Amino acid sequence: MINSVDRAPEGALSSLKTGIYSRLPMLGILLLCLLLSVPVLTILTSITSSSDGVWQHLYDTVLGDYVTHSLTLLVGVGLVVLVLGIGPAWLVTMTRFPGSRILEWALVLPLAMPAYIIAYTYTGMLDVGGPLQVWIRETFDVRFGDYWFPNVRSLAGAVAMLSLVLYPYVYLLSRTAFLEQSVCVLEVSRTLGASPWQAFTRVAMPLARPAIIAGLSLVLMETLADYGTVQYFGVSAFTTGIFRTWFGLGSLTAAAQLAAVLLIFILFLVMIEHWSRHKARYHHTSNKYSRLPQIPLTGWKRAAAMIYCILPVLLGFLIPFIQLSLWAVDTWHLVDKDSFFTLFMNSLELASITAIIALLLGVFITYSKRLRPTLPLRGIVRVMGLGYAIPGTVIAVGVLIPFAWFDNTLDAWMRAHFDIATGLLLSGTLIAVVFAYLVRFLPVALNTLDAGLGKIQPTMDDVGRSMGLSPLQILRRVHVPLLQGSLLTASLLVFVDVLKELPATLILRPFNFNTLAIRTYELANQERLAEASSSALMIVLAGIIPVIILSKSISRSRPGHDSST
Amino acid sequence: MTQVLELKDVSVALDGNPIVRGISLQLSHGTIGCLLGPSGCGKTTLLRAIAGFERVQQGEISIAGCPVSNQQLCLPVEKRHVGMVFQDYALFPHLTVTENIAFGLSAMSRVDRQRRVHELAEMLKIGDFLNAYPHRLSGGQQQRVAVARAMAPKPGILLLDEPFASLDVELREQIAREIRVVLKQDGITAILVSHNQYEAFAMADEIGVMRAGELLQWSTPFELYHQPACAYVADFVGEGVFLNGTVVDPSRVETALGLLGGDELHGYPMGSRVTVLIRPDDVIHDDASPTHARVVDKAFRGAGYLYTLALPDGSHVLSLAPSHHAHTEGEMIGIHIEMDHLVAFRAS
Repeated sequence: MINSVDRAPEGALSSLKTGIYSRLPMLGILLLCLLLSVPVLTILTSITSSSDGVWQHLYDTVLGDYVTHSLTLLVGVGLVVLVLGIGPAWLVTMTRFPGSRILEWALVLPLAMPAYIIAYTYTGMLDVGGPLQVWIRETFDVRFGDYWFPNVRSLAGAVAMLSLVLYPYVYLLSRTAFLEQSVCVLEVSRTLGASPWQAFTRVAMPLARPAIIAGLSLVLMETLADYGTVQYFGVSAFTTGIFRTWFGLGSLTAAAQLAAVLLIFILFLVMIEHWSRHKARYHHTSNKYSRLPQIPLTGWKRAAAMIYCILPVLLGFLIPFIQLSLWAVDTWHLVDKDSFFTLFMNSLELASITAIIALLLGVFITYSKRLRPTLPLRGIVRVMGLGYAIPGTVIAVGVLIPFAWFDNTLDAWMRAHFDIATGLLLSGTLIAVVFAYLVRFLPVALNTLDAGLGKIQPTMDDVGRSMGLSPLQILRRVHVPLLQGSLLTASLLVFVDVLKELPATLILRPFNFNTLAIRTYELANQERLAEASSSALMIVLAGIIPVIILSKSISRSRPGHDSST
Repeated sequence: MTQVLELKDVSVALDGNPIVRGISLQLSHGTIGCLLGPSGCGKTTLLRAIAGFERVQQGEISIAGCPVSNQQLCLPVEKRHVGMVFQDYALFPHLTVTENIAFGLSAMSRVDRQRRVHELAEMLKIGDFLNAYPHRLSGGQQQRVAVARAMAPKPGILLLDEPFASLDVELREQIAREIRVVLKQDGITAILVSHNQYEAFAMADEIGVMRAGELLQWSTPFELYHQPACAYVADFVGEGVFLNGTVVDPSRVETALGLLGGDELHGYPMGSRVTVLIRPDDVIHDDASPTHARVVDKAFRGAGYLYTLALPDGSHVLSLAPSHHAHTEGEMIGIHIEMDHLVAFRAS
């Protein structure tokens, strides 16, 4: 039943509603979304259940450490990414110096580098047995312990590693904010007596602040979600704690409760992010974009700007990438080609299956939302959207509990009634893994598709109808061509995210089932860093794809700003 | 008395492309000037060069007698003491109206700052929403705030870049008149850039018409209309048509409308071919006149009809007649010519 009030912006597809698009599929979508929200709801409700004293034990022993370490990570990474993100964003947007055009997109490259991989790489390079320390010892004829060298595998090292790969979030969002600012606003401040530096501090920065805060909260979410780096560096944080509580202490409930605490941190960050984005809308300054006057830099300023902007790319991408490539070439003969192929195929399979399902579900949900944005549907899609912010470890625990419950219940029931043991139907299967991926990455597909569909004005449907096209013809001739890009982007983003995912896979995978990410993790933990490089390199190379997509969409975001001129 | 603004042979290039060439003009204290021209003629670039956003390639710009731009020198924008109003107003979205206006007053004491803000608020009638944020204001209100903000530090010269282009058409001339009154009241010298001649007429004391980077004429609106310096200015400003003619003596020209001209010498040699500018208000509807023309088109203009008339030789002229003189298309009507100045250009 539709009345004019809750009628969506819609067009041609409205007639589909009455036909094949009736209430049954609608109910199905609601149930599906509800299903995908189960892990989050499980974690949240776990707070009330009893963990037989394990929680008390955790509270007495390690919880304090988890909190302190996670908070130190947050503060450290937060500060460093601001320095690495905002400055270069401003410089490449507003000034010109040799290489600034390339750096514009190169500064995003570290996003392709999963934190755990950069951590393994730097450890291999900077550890006691690494090339740098060996060189120091040989050149200066000193022995280990006679000289000071920073320990990579420390809390500070984790801050450095996470900052180097996460700063692009701040860079991207602040750069977009600077690009969207009307140049006139900056110029007008100059005519009112502000120096270029004052124009930056009094106008540009306050205007970009909501965007920067949004970027920062994304970084902090990722920091809290990180498992691979802190685990490898032996830093006891929430994610490693959850893992240990489950595998070490064997208490799923206590793990879920730890996860709940982490989730509350995350939800707080999500709220900050939402609020900042909302605020950023009011900071939109103009619809008219004039040419960006990029100030050419000279002398020491030019040199300083170059160093400032190259350093993050060098440390966050180029050096580890080159090191990985060198190792990969060196150790390629050691790699068992057959098992490497199996790894590769396993990863490919998981990533493709997830991407395809995410795409199908995404299209289904997005269209349903457009046709009938009922309150329950919008609400549940919102809860589901949280998935992306939630650490893989938390989701894994949230998947384990209900799946185990389902298996046990079914097994008990079947035994009681038919005397058949069904055993574990879902737990420890690829179904559980893919389900966890969907919980985490479906929101990525949804966001992309939502944005794509948003660009198709309802009036376009009307135009098609007025020219005598049927709803299906409109779908084919208007929507599909316009959505193609978004469909491709959505599936690629999910694909690559799955390829990089570590903690959820680690917890949920079937016994002896390996992926590229898992193999990298295992080899690194056996101190076979160089051998881990081939699979690590594959992941990094795949990670470059979304970086290219991102860079393209950003340079298109500003009319009148053509990065080729 | 020194000129507030003086440009001597100024040329500006953007990325190596010459945009503005050899422009000279002067603006004395308290006058409002206007750079008028179609889009792409270089008027905004010239304004930005005056503000200091673009460097000059040649020539010199002086403000209050001091050189601010020449080949060697480009005084930074913030040292020039100019105010600027942008087409999109460019209000600071993170500041309230009061904070926007006070942005350039950081050197003043609190009390003085408040006094100046209230003074401007009263002049520009924006006192009711001083604590609002820009996104809550209408286009007209934002425009007033933008003008107040630019005027606040009492700039030596106020630069306005297409200040009315974002407003509704009905509002433009009214606000232009109001802003003119405020500027005159505060004794501010200003220069605006516009592509709309009615805005220019409503606001400016002196107007310069620009085309393809060159300044064709710098004079009062009256002179621009009645004594255009070239055919382009004549065509761009106001309505009118050109009639072919032949010079018969030092002050008169023979055309399809008969002998035209007065006492002034036009300076073209005997027998040469010229074109003569005929404004719609030069062609008077007169039933008693022996000269007749056929009505080919008419447009209702409220107080009058604008007739397009065909002369016996096939050329067309425009005539503005009071609306109670209603004639139908195809009808022959009598006309005579009343001209103060003969405006003639060499035929191309």
